[in-house]
Amino acid sequence: MKEFKILAIIAALVGITYYGIEPYAHHVMHPEVKAADFTFKDLKNVDTSLAGNTENGKALVEANCIACHAIESAGHPAMMPNADAAASYGVVPPDLSHSGRMYDKNYLANFIFDPVSAMKLSHKYPVGGAKAFPMPAYNWMTPQEIMDVVSYLQSVAPKVAEKDVNKVTYDAACGRCHSMSYAKFEATTPKDAIKAYMGATPPDLSQYIKSRKEHYLHGFINDPQLLLAGTSMPRVGLNEKAQEEVIAYMEEVGDSKKAERESVGLWVMLYTLVFAILAYLWKRKIWSEVH
Amino acid sequence: MAEFKQADSLYEWFDQRLGIDKFVKVMMTEYWIPKNINFLWAMGVLLTVMFTLLVVSGIFLLMYYKPDVAAAFDSVNYTIMQEVGYGWLFRHIHAVGASVVFLIIYIHMFTGIYYGSYKKGREMIWISGMLLFVLFSAEGFSGYMLPWGQMSYWAAYVITEIFGGIPLVGGDLVVWIRGNFYVSDSTLTRFFMLHVLLIPLAIIGAIVVHFYALRFPHVNNEAGEFFDFDEEAEKYLAGDKKNSKVVPFWPVFLSKDFFVLGFFLLFFFYLVFFHYDFAMDPVNFDKADGLKTPAHIYPEWYFLWSYEVLRGFFFEIAGISGKSLGLIAFAIANAIFFVMPWLDRSPMVKPANQRPYFKYWFWFLIADLIVLTVYGKLPPTGANAWVGFASSMTFLVLFVALPFITKAEAKKVGGK
Repeated sequence: MKEFKILAIIAALVGITYYGIEPYAHHVMHPEVKAADFTFKDLKNVDTSLAGNTENGKALVEANCIACHAIESAGHPAMMPNADAAASYGVVPPDLSHSGRMYDKNYLANFIFDPVSAMKLSHKYPVGGAKAFPMPAYNWMTPQEIMDVVSYLQSVAPKVAEKDVNKVTYDAACGRCHSMSYAKFEATTPKDAIKAYMGATPPDLSQYIKSRKEHYLHGFINDPQLLLAGTSMPRVGLNEKAQEEVIAYMEEVGDSKKAERESVGLWVMLYTLVFAILAYLWKRKIWSEVH
Repeated sequence: MAEFKQADSLYEWFDQRLGIDKFVKVMMTEYWIPKNINFLWAMGVLLTVMFTLLVVSGIFLLMYYKPDVAAAFDSVNYTIMQEVGYGWLFRHIHAVGASVVFLIIYIHMFTGIYYGSYKKGREMIWISGMLLFVLFSAEGFSGYMLPWGQMSYWAAYVITEIFGGIPLVGGDLVVWIRGNFYVSDSTLTRFFMLHVLLIPLAIIGAIVVHFYALRFPHVNNEAGEFFDFDEEAEKYLAGDKKNSKVVPFWPVFLSKDFFVLGFFLLFFFYLVFFHYDFAMDPVNFDKADGLKTPAHIYPEWYFLWSYEVLRGFFFEIAGISGKSLGLIAFAIANAIFFVMPWLDRSPMVKPANQRPYFKYWFWFLIADLIVLTVYGKLPPTGANAWVGFASSMTFLVLFVALPFITKAEAKKVGGK
């Protein structure tokens, strides 16, 4: 039928144009990069096949870590208020309570061995450079000792209830630098301190789920340098589950009406379909009188 | 003044005073439309519905939007999108509607060109329609600035900068438009005024003129046939509905439009709820920052073809800078469609495919506009820049050639 032919021509022209200005242009402007690697296989300083000794790890952590790091879940509170900690170290040192749950084992072990190479920040903290990363490398520890520490951190990580886990992970993994104003959350490191430490104020992430989209965030959090070479954002080493929790939290805050949108959408389309069918039947009745 | 009888019913009371009977006849039941039409003839009603949706959703947005650089972004993305009940729905309808309305405008416009509905008495319909196109463009551009995202800011910056290329007054004109030396709070506030008051008023006025312009030359039909509307209307009223070449606007014409509208709205709402990125660019969810230029700046898709004509001329020709040439070409591109009725020198009013030469011209133009649109978005580097130049030149050459092509066609068909 002629009208279907016209419709097909229009659909083809619109389809070609759409393909050019959306998927194709997007592909040209944002070339695909390699998939996220949650095993961090470029890090090979520590043999992670060694079984850690939790008891020994506890002793090592208490001797080496808690002077700077809080571990609330193991009864070690922060040594000073956030503002003072930021003034001393540049940034508030993380509470390690959730580190055993959030971070990939291989990443965590290699981070302890040498934080700068694990974070891929050697362009910012070159060996022998003027600036040093606030946490020293524990490359003097034996692989066994490092795995003991990792084992201890995994043992103290508290179980978090399903409904809270997204926010808890965000706060622990991102919240020292990134505010989330649409959730009324302010980064724990004071504004001026974090700006001086990072070189620029880390962005508020309220709308990042919309401006960057899930796909980009998925790659970017896993390896920032790959998508934004030279950025001072560290590779944070989240395992796949923790990263999904962070992105889910960004969506809860940045696109809070998604569920409502999708359910209302179906009803509106159903209503419109009924309207369209009735309109078609009415049209057939009316036009049968004039044809 | 006529003598008033006591009214027997409320209807009669109003009819005596407002002439309802006559009004309904003139506007609806005895407003005659050709019967030989296809679904493309429904685009006018679709546009009227879309404009209504935009006005209504716009009124709701207006209740919470704040035209101030410090508050605009959050008033849209937090207050409207997250706090106000169904605020997100009105924003999505408004943003997607603004994009889809241009799709329908383009279909409507090229339907007119394809069927030759701009000549032999229909010139004013065409011109008022083109005026609506320009007004909708201004409305779309001014509205895009309001969420005050990165693309709002930088597209406004680039587009207002274009006026700087006008000789003598350019520099002052840019400052006058922006209300400042750069895109700033004063720019946002005045574009807000344009978007919610002045341009909508002008659009409503132009719609009235456009509808009125249809009354005397009448709507064209699928075959481009000219016939006596009064004669056909009489036939219809006498009961010979099947042989009459016309149908009344209500209910016959509108019943078909409602059917087309129903399926169009299904497509529209799918976009509103499930596929809105093409109309709400991710980059615009970053707040405007005058110190941080986005990697790629591009206008909304419906401006891409003319934007590409603007930047297609990227090198100096005969001592005239690429920027000036682009600006001249851009000005021509935006004005040339107004004079379509006089560029087409063939007397034929027929679908393009039945016209021996015009059909090639038409499909060439469509292909060129698609190329311009696609390359208008891509970065203008390397080969892309040359494709842009070639397709911009093709666009201009097509319009220079149109009078000659149609003149030759007139000769071939012997003035028929």
